[in-house]
Formats: sequence, C-alpha cells, structure tokens
Amino acid sequence: MVEKLTSLIAEAKRLDDPRKLSDVVPHARFMGISFEHSAGELLGRMVFSEKLIGNQFIQALHGGAIGALLESTAVFQLLWDSESILLPKTITITVDYLRPGRAVDTYAKGIVTKQGRRVVNVRVHAWQEDRDKPIASANAHFLVVQEG
Amino acid sequence: MAVEFPITSSRDEFLRWANEKKNEFDSLVPLHAALGIETVEFADSVAVMRLPYGYDLVGNSETGVIHGGVITTLMDASSGAAVWMHLMKAVPIATLDLRIDYLRPADPEVSVVCRATCYKSTRNVAFTRAIAFHDNEADPIASATGTFMLATKTVSIGGS
Repeated sequence: MVEKLTSLIAEAKRLDDPRKLSDVVPHARFMGISFEHSAGELLGRMVFSEKLIGNQFIQALHGGAIGALLESTAVFQLLWDSESILLPKTITITVDYLRPGRAVDTYAKGIVTKQGRRVVNVRVHAWQEDRDKPIASANAHFLVVQEG
Repeated sequence: MAVEFPITSSRDEFLRWANEKKNEFDSLVPLHAALGIETVEFADSVAVMRLPYGYDLVGNSETGVIHGGVITTLMDASSGAAVWMHLMKAVPIATLDLRIDYLRPADPEVSVVCRATCYKSTRNVAFTRAIAFHDNEADPIASATGTFMLATKTVSIGGS
C-alpha cells in the first residue's frame, strides 16, 4: 500500500507537524478527528458535532465515536514513534468506558507500552475538559509485520 | 421522540413489536443515521445490524478498507440492542467495556453485518458477544465481547 500514506507521515515528521495525518483517513475526517502537537506531545482530538451523539436525550457521545478516536490515536502514536513505514494492523482493542462523553471536544493520548518485533502494545486515554478525569481508556495490540 | 416499550411478558409479542419499530430505533441514534447503520432483525436476545459500505467509513484510502472505529460502532450498537431484546424492558444502559478481535480485514465495497447476543444479565450488568461478517457468518471479520451497566429504573428509550 501506501506510498501516499508513508510519504505523508515522513513529511509530517520532518516538519514536526502532525496536522495533516488524518487527511489520508476518510473516516477520521468524517468524525472530526485530527492530530496536533501540544507541549511536545502528540494528541488526538475529536471536534464535537451532532452526528457523534449516541443518546440524543442526554446528549452523550456514541461509544463507537470514542472507540474510533482511541483506535486512531493509538495507530498514529505508533506511526509517529516508530521508524517503521508499515501501517499497523489492529489485532485486538479493549475499550473501557469510564464516564459519559459529553457534547464537547474530546482529546486522546496514546502511549506505546511495549514495542515487540511482531506485536506492539499501546494504551490510550481519552478526556474532555479535565485530563485527570478520563472518559475512556483502551488497551490495544497491533501487528507490525507483513503477513506472508 | 421516545419509544415506549410495550408491557408484555410474551417474548413473541415483544419481538413482533420490536421488529415493527426497528426503523424508528435506527433514527433515534444520530451516529447510526450518519453512518447508515440499519437494524436487519431482532430475535430472542439477539440484534442483527447492517452497515452499508461508504467512503466516509474508510480507514485506509489506498486500500478502501473500512476503519476499525466503524466496526466498534456497529458492534457496540448491536450489542446494546441485544441487551434490550434480552431484558424486554427499556432500561437505560451504558457500555462498560468492549473488546474487539479483528480476525481478518473487511473487504472494500461490501456491507458489514453484525449479529450480537446478550447471553446473561444480572441486576446490574449484562454480558454480550457479537460477530461481524459480510455474508457468511462462518468467515467472520471481527468478534466482540461486551459488558453493559444497567440503570436501576425503567423508562421509555431515550426518555428520562
């Protein structure tokens, strides 16, 4: 795959500017997910819009929207941190929903907890106004080798 | 708009009612409407939903494979609906956790179907499993297990 994606990532890293990363991911764009550098760290951000709502009576974000932000953030953190040009494949992701997601912007931060030769483990937290009150967290494993 | 669940102890009667109302349920959830998620069928403790393929769902613009987050939405949605089909009561629910295993890449240009089952509920928690596939359940794309917290009072869906 992926000449476009890998060259975009290389370019973003060279310029130290992750804002264009989500341009190659139509679903991320659709969900309002983008990436930014904030105080030296890569953060995912999902701008609130009505279509992200799962329960319109309490104006709560859909669990799937939060899941999409967490998974995207994990993938891009991995691409950002590693020298690899292979797009990681999600093997498994477990999302814990900790608080209702309200009708405001949501942020996420991924941490690569173990970089193996074939499998990488990433943890991600998502929060809204208060980073110390996460609304969800995820633990994911990615395959980072070409399957033959 | 809120949907009042009928008060009945007959599972057949409840499922007949739920299947008649399925389009109404779909339209109650903005993200389902935005992504095109539609309910195919409700059965005993089971919900089957379909996600038609679309450009807005794509995770990799070069292969056209859909984003994992879309599968999460579809599996969360059908698992939650399966809980209601199991309880036959409009109890507000909240996903506690959802684990998704990606078994193979989804094919581009094809819709994804998810069949979710609620196989156990207690006073506070319901347990689900779900499988996502194109047209053959024996060749799955992803599987999921979920847990849902149940509210302690019964209301109309979406009401308070």
